[in-house]
This record gives sequence, structure tokens and C-alpha cells, in this order.
Amino acid sequence: MSLPLLLSLAMALFAVSAYALVASRRPGCSRQVYSLALAVCVILLGMALAHLLAGQTSATLTLPLGLPWLGAHFRLDALAAFFLIVVNLGGAIASLFALGYGQHEQAPERVLPFYPAFLAGMNLVLLADDAFSFLFAWEFMSLTSWALVMAHHQEPANARAGYLYLVMACFGTLALLLAFGLLAGPDGGYDFATIRAGTVNPGFAALVLALALLGAGSKAGLVPLHVWLPLAHPAAPSHVSALMSGVMTKVAVYGFIRIAFDLLGEPIMWWWGGLVLALGGVTAVLGVLYALMQHDLKRLLAYHTVENIGIIFIGLGLALAFQANQMYASAALALTAALFHILNHSLFKSLLFLGAGAVLTATGERDMERLGGLIHPMPWTALAFLIGAAAISALPPLNGFVSEWLTFQAILISPELPQWLLKFLVPAIGALLALSAALAAACFVKAFGITFLGRPRSPAAAGARETDRYSLSALFVLAALCLLAGILPGLVVDGLAPVVSLLNGGAQLMAQHDQPWLTLVPVVDVKSTYNGLLVLLFMALSGTAAALLIHRLASNAARRGPAWDCGFPEANSAFQYTAGSFAQPTRRVFGSIVFQARERVTMPPPGDLRPARLEVEMHDPIWERGYAPIAAAVVALSGRFNYLQYLTIRRYLSLVFGVLVLLLLGMVLWR
Amino acid sequence: MALIADYLVQGCQMLLILLLAPLLTGWVRTIKARLLRRRGPSVLQPYRDLFKLLRKEVVLADSASWLFRVAPYLIFAALWVAAALVPTFASGLLFSWTADLIAIVALLGTARFFLALAGLDVGTSFGGIGSSREMMIASLAEPAMLMMVFTLSLLAGTTELSSVARFMLTAEVGLRVSLALALLALVMVAIAENARIPVDNPATHLELTMVHEAMVLEYSGRHLALIELGASLKLLLYLSLLGCIFAPWGMATAGAGLTAYLIGMTIYVAKLAFGGLLLALFETSIAKMRVFRVDQFLGAALMLGLLGTLLLFVSRSL
Repeated sequence: MSLPLLLSLAMALFAVSAYALVASRRPGCSRQVYSLALAVCVILLGMALAHLLAGQTSATLTLPLGLPWLGAHFRLDALAAFFLIVVNLGGAIASLFALGYGQHEQAPERVLPFYPAFLAGMNLVLLADDAFSFLFAWEFMSLTSWALVMAHHQEPANARAGYLYLVMACFGTLALLLAFGLLAGPDGGYDFATIRAGTVNPGFAALVLALALLGAGSKAGLVPLHVWLPLAHPAAPSHVSALMSGVMTKVAVYGFIRIAFDLLGEPIMWWWGGLVLALGGVTAVLGVLYALMQHDLKRLLAYHTVENIGIIFIGLGLALAFQANQMYASAALALTAALFHILNHSLFKSLLFLGAGAVLTATGERDMERLGGLIHPMPWTALAFLIGAAAISALPPLNGFVSEWLTFQAILISPELPQWLLKFLVPAIGALLALSAALAAACFVKAFGITFLGRPRSPAAAGARETDRYSLSALFVLAALCLLAGILPGLVVDGLAPVVSLLNGGAQLMAQHDQPWLTLVPVVDVKSTYNGLLVLLFMALSGTAAALLIHRLASNAARRGPAWDCGFPEANSAFQYTAGSFAQPTRRVFGSIVFQARERVTMPPPGDLRPARLEVEMHDPIWERGYAPIAAAVVALSGRFNYLQYLTIRRYLSLVFGVLVLLLLGMVLWR
Repeated sequence: MALIADYLVQGCQMLLILLLAPLLTGWVRTIKARLLRRRGPSVLQPYRDLFKLLRKEVVLADSASWLFRVAPYLIFAALWVAAALVPTFASGLLFSWTADLIAIVALLGTARFFLALAGLDVGTSFGGIGSSREMMIASLAEPAMLMMVFTLSLLAGTTELSSVARFMLTAEVGLRVSLALALLALVMVAIAENARIPVDNPATHLELTMVHEAMVLEYSGRHLALIELGASLKLLLYLSLLGCIFAPWGMATAGAGLTAYLIGMTIYVAKLAFGGLLLALFETSIAKMRVFRVDQFLGAALMLGLLGTLLLFVSRSL
């Protein structure tokens, strides 16, 4: 019933795109486009929520589009509905933000036509029910987001990011294409219903899983396929960055879940889970270490997305390992943790990117070394960004903690796994997860502290103004959702139950809404419980009581004066700690291993007037060891073959003749 | 009626730890002074300091923001709630299921997050040096702590502290390698997290190696009082945690009656006094280490914790 309506709404987004194409230079067009996108996203969000919460059965629809012998299949089930919620919540809030933010866009004709189309593309990926429409929508999503990354293409860094993004997107789609080819088999049953009904032999199934990891992982930012992400996401306008980092990576995760949990079906091998788990753990720690080394606010956030994708894949890997051993109750916990983290990350990463966008509009700066003290001119933006930063650092009582807590609980029930390799791997992954959570807190103390606290480091930061009301309302809607999901996790877990049950052969966590005080009880109540509501309540009570008592009974006088700073306050704000100096201890401890970070201090002799210099040298191991050799090989090969372009006609003919003879010979010998 | 009594006992525990925390700090200071053959201040000196600070006016730096003024209350609230969730004289109290050990570790993380931000707020280099080093130390201490939690939870089958304490009293625990490793890891983390020697020096103000004191350098008056009280609560929390997990003897069970509670309280105070004595002995017998040795110290704690967990993943009997 609702599926045709959903599809026509997605089509309505295309209509908005077409309108923007014609009218993008008109004044007021930006506001119209974003209002329309907001309206459509809110309706889509409402319908998806209704579908998931009412527990409706899945609906299918076939349209005579696309390949003539296949048609375009669409399906709305609980998994698609959950991801529709994530996409359209992010889309609605980014549009709301853009109502204000979009006014500052210098090249609206490069953003407005692609923005609704990008949203429509993501919606269609989720609704597609055959390989052709899935890949078509996937490519459409990639291309529109590429166009948005290239919105400010005059900057050489953006053009390079766009190029790299295009290459990696092509690679990812190629991997997915091959995966679907293997799934469909020689008869070419490309609609998902046929794939689901058929079985794949175990060797092919492992290959499909590897290809799905490559294809979806390259879009989601799984290490070592993440290299394009921290360049491309920040290059787009901030509300698009929020969508790309908060939402599009989730669509990629959807692709992986759809293939690995739904389409592949039964023949699961335990080591698939181990592989995904290991990749997730490495991704989480490397992502956050990269993020800690960044001084560009938006790039820091983009690298941090890599970390969170790692956490999601840890949950998914555990679920695969449990399913392979028929431990469906444990798999339900791991899946719930992963899905919960998907929702959480879309909330707080959108919030943080939008906050970075507000900072960018106010100051024109993304470099944290030139920001600082923004909490004074922009107190509301600072508050919302602080909530997002605390949520992403997994601090109770906010939402990031709940999903990490659930992941930890899933790790803690895994000693029952029979395979020895997994027995060794899982605790190590637990340590990596704990390490990445602790480093994330350091990373966001840096991001918030250097950007918003202290004193302004540049005139641009000193002259900042609070952002507009639309942007602020978008920020606070997200901040409120972060808090709500943190204190009422039981309700979210109940909402996720149909999705988990769909992917997990009917097993799901027990109903949470009838627990006393809305406590979260993942397995049984003697094992572990967490109640965010009570933690918040206790903290609020004890903090307020302390404040009231002290102000009533002791002293409430306050006086302003110069900073104490052990008696030597520095007048110049350049003496403050910078982003680089904040990261220095972590760089010394972890960076010397991972990034081969070296510090060199050049101290001129006394009497010499040259300034002393501190130089830091760091290497990106994945780029230098992985990508640079491949790129160099491609360049060298193409240089070698370059001379083929300038042959005479006789040589071309003899070349063609020679190849023909060779191929015929090969045929003969092979026969 | 029974419910009211439960609320009362829970409230009692919250007040008890708040009242005991400065005493513990004073006790450790007194013992340290005696070991150095000084007379030292009275055990009650921390209370006097707190009252003096509370009555003084606050001097705020010109560049301090609202966060600087809110942070002490937030830090105090997070630490108090975290400390109140650790079973002290009785296990299984009314709200003991609110948060498990992982959540308590994360609550300590909340307090640390805001303390580090407050250190950066005024925009001085001392605050920055403290914050950045604190976060570096925490980035190793927190995973080490969580590994210790993993070890316990694999043994006891729960992360709920009351249930862990009850499990530790049963006969099936015995002496185990994994528990010894977990104890060592927890002690190392406790030393680092409470800014004690050899990681940091709680008694200094003018040393370039200081961490905790550098962050709170700009605080004064009631704000400083709250932060000092928070630090005392954190020390108490770690000692209670050690007592509750590794020496749970004498702990009353919920609803055991007044005499059992009183006995439990006496034993709890004795445990704290003994823990404080050991801490003072350890601190006076060791020298402070360089800041960039701390990562090796805590890295060792992390490895010990991981080793304990691995042992249990391999065999439940180790």
C-alpha cells in the first residue's frame, strides 16, 4: 500500500531536482528547494516509521522499467524501513539546516539540482529489489554525491578529492556488480527474490562476501579502502558533508547487510565473521588515530566516520560469527548493537558536521589552528556541538555510550564460540574497541576544545557571529535526539526488533518496554543492565542539589580578573595550546608506531636571531604502502604503452594480425 | 515501608561516601607525612580546606566561558553518581542495577572529558598541557580498565558489581592467574587515574610534569572545592572498587537489617584505611617517572588486562 507512495515521493525529489536545474539562479530558489526536500523527507520518514513500528509485512512492486526481461522490482521490508528512517531523518535535518546555510552558497547552481537527486538516489537504493535497479540507484547516488563534492571545483584539493572519489566509487561498483553476478548464477536470476530462494556453493559464497566487503566497504570507508572519504566528505558543502558522512556511509552498510545477511542466506562460514571482525577492529583504531592527527575540523570529522564504521562492522562481524554457530540469541544482541550504532552515528555525525558548517559560515575557517574562543560569540552552536561531541565519545547518559555498551556486551558473551581463532580474536577486538573509544574522547576534547574554547587565534574567529535560527533548530533537533536515544534506549531496541528478527531467522532481543524504569536488559537482568534515564536523573539531581546548596549556604560571589596561569599570563593568544600541541602526547605514544612520526627541533645557537623550529614528519602507511605503488605502477605501464598511440598504419595492421594469430593459436592449444 | 527503608539505605550510602572521601584523602596525607618524619596536618584538614574554599568568592579569568562555570558541577555530579554505584558496605542496594561496571568506567570518562575541556577553556598553556596529557593517559588507562572488567565479567558471568561481589564470596573462585593479572592492572590504572606518584604528583603545583593540577590551575573558590571533593571521591571509588571486587568480605546483603549494615560499614571503613595505608607506603617508596614513561606503565597494565581476558577465553579454569 505505502510502497507506491514512497516511490512517487522519491520521484517527487527528482521533480524538485528538475525544477532546481531550471530555476537555480533565481533568488529564493534555494529556500524553495530545501523546503520541498524537507517536506518530502519528513513524509518519507513518517511513512517508514509507521511501517517499522506498526510491524507491517513487507510489500513488493514490479514496474516495467529498466531491463525489459527483468523489470524494476521494489520492496519495502523492516530492514529497508529502518534505513529509510536513517536516510530521511538525516535528509530532513540537513534540509532544515540548509534553509539557513544555503543562503551563503556562492554557486547554488552547482548544489541545488543535485541535492534532491542525491536524496532520491539513496532512497531508491534502499527500496530496490533487483540487482539492476540496486546498482543503478547506487551509481546514481555516487554520481550525484560526486557532483556535490565538485561544487567548489576551483580549489585544486577538491578536484583531486573528486577524482579519487570517482575512481574508488567505480571500483566499489565493479566489485558489487561481480558479487551480484555470482549471486545470480548462470541463469541470470537478478531479482532478489530469486537470489534469496537459490543457493550458492560455499566457494562462490565466500567470494561474494569478499566482493560485498570490497564494494560496500569502499563506499562506507572501511580501512584500507577509506582513502577517498576524508578528502571527499569535507570538500562538499557542510549539509552535504553531513549527509555523506552521516547517511550515505549507512546506505553502504545497508548494501553489505542486504548481501551478507539476507541474500547469501544459509551457508555461512565462521571465518567470514572473523574477517569482518578483524577489519572492523583495525578500521576503528586507525580511523580515530588518523582523526586525532588532523587539524582541519571537517577532515577530523570525516576520519572519525571511518572509526564509527569500524565499530559498526565489529557488531556485524560478531553477528556473522554467532550465526555461523547457530547462536541466534547472541547474534541478535550483536546485530542490535550494530543497528543501534548506525542510527546513533547518523545522528551525532550529522550534528557535528552541521556544527562545523555553522563554524565555517561564521568564520570562513576550517583550520582549527585559526579558530578558538567561539563559545563566546556562538554559545548555542557550542552547546549543540558539545552534546554531539560527548555523544560520539561514548559518554553516558548520551546515545553513543548505549550502542558501544551493547557491543561490549556482545563481546562478553562470545567465549562460547567454539573456534579457537575467534576465541583469541574477540578479546583483542574488545581491547581495540576500548582503545578507540578512549581515543575518540581525546579526539573530541581536541575538536571542541581547540575550536570553541580558549581565546580566538585569528581575527576571523574573533569576529564570529551566532548562526541563523534554521541552522540552530536543526542542530538542536539532533542534540535532543542524541539525548533521547541515550536515556530511552529500550524503546529504540524494541523498534529495532523487527529488523533483527528479519536478519536473524526470527530471533530477537526480549521486549524492553515493560522493564521497570525502562532499564536496558540485553540478555538477562542478573548479567548486565543499564539505565540511562536514572543515570541522567541522578546526575541532574546531585549537580543541582550541590549548586543550590552552595549558592544558598556558602558563597555565590564571582569576580572577573586576568588569568592566573601560575603568575605568568601571556597576552598573546598564540601562546595557547594549539591543535598540534594538543595531539603531541598521543602522537608520541601511538603515532611513532603507526605513522612513523618523528619530531625534529632545530635550536639556533645563542646570539643567532633565527627562530627555533619544530618540524613534525608523519607518513600515511596505507597511502604510501598500498595506493602509491599501485598508482606508480599504473603510471609506469601507461608510459610504457604510450608509444602504441603513434604507430604507422602498417604497424597497426601487423599488430592486429599478430594478436589474431596468437588468439587463434591459443584457441587451438586450449581445445 | 520496606521500599522507604531501601531508599534510606541507598541515600545513606550516597551520603556516607561523600562524607568519607575527604577523610580518606586526609588519612593518606597524614600517613605520608609520618613516613617522611613530618608531623603533617590533621586528618581533618581536607574538610577545613573545603569549607574555606566554599565560602570564598570565585575569581574567573576574563576569557572563561559558561562551560568553565558549569563544568565543576557536572564533574562532581558524574563522580558522585559513579562512586555511589560501587557497592560499599552492602551489595544489591535499590538502584545498584542502574549502571554496571562498564557504565561506571564511562561515567568516570564523562567527568574526565569535562575536566579536560575546562582545562582548555581559559586558553593558557598550563591548562592545555594538563588536558592533552590527561587525555593521553586516559587513552591507555580506560582500555586497561575495560580489560579488567572483561576478565571479571567472564569469571562472574556479569558486569553488575553487586553480583560480582557476591560471586567473589563463593567457593568456586579460588586463586586464579587471571584474577591476579586483573588486580595488578586495576591497581596500576587506579594509580594513574588518581594522579598519584609515580604517574603524577598530587602535592605539587610548580612542576612541568604535572597533569591534574595543571588542568585545574585556573579554578578557585567553590568551583575548586567541588573539583577537590570530586578528586577525593574518585580515590574513594577506586579503593571501594578494589575492596568490593578483591576483598568483598563482610559486605552486608540488601535488607539484612541495621546491625548487619553497621558491621558492614565498620569493615568498609577498615578496608579504606588499609587501602590508604598501602597507597601512602607505595607512594613514599617510589620516585615519579617522566611523562613519556607513563605510556609504558599503562601499556603494561593494558597488556596484563588483555592477558587475563585471553586466559579466560581459552579456559574458564585459569
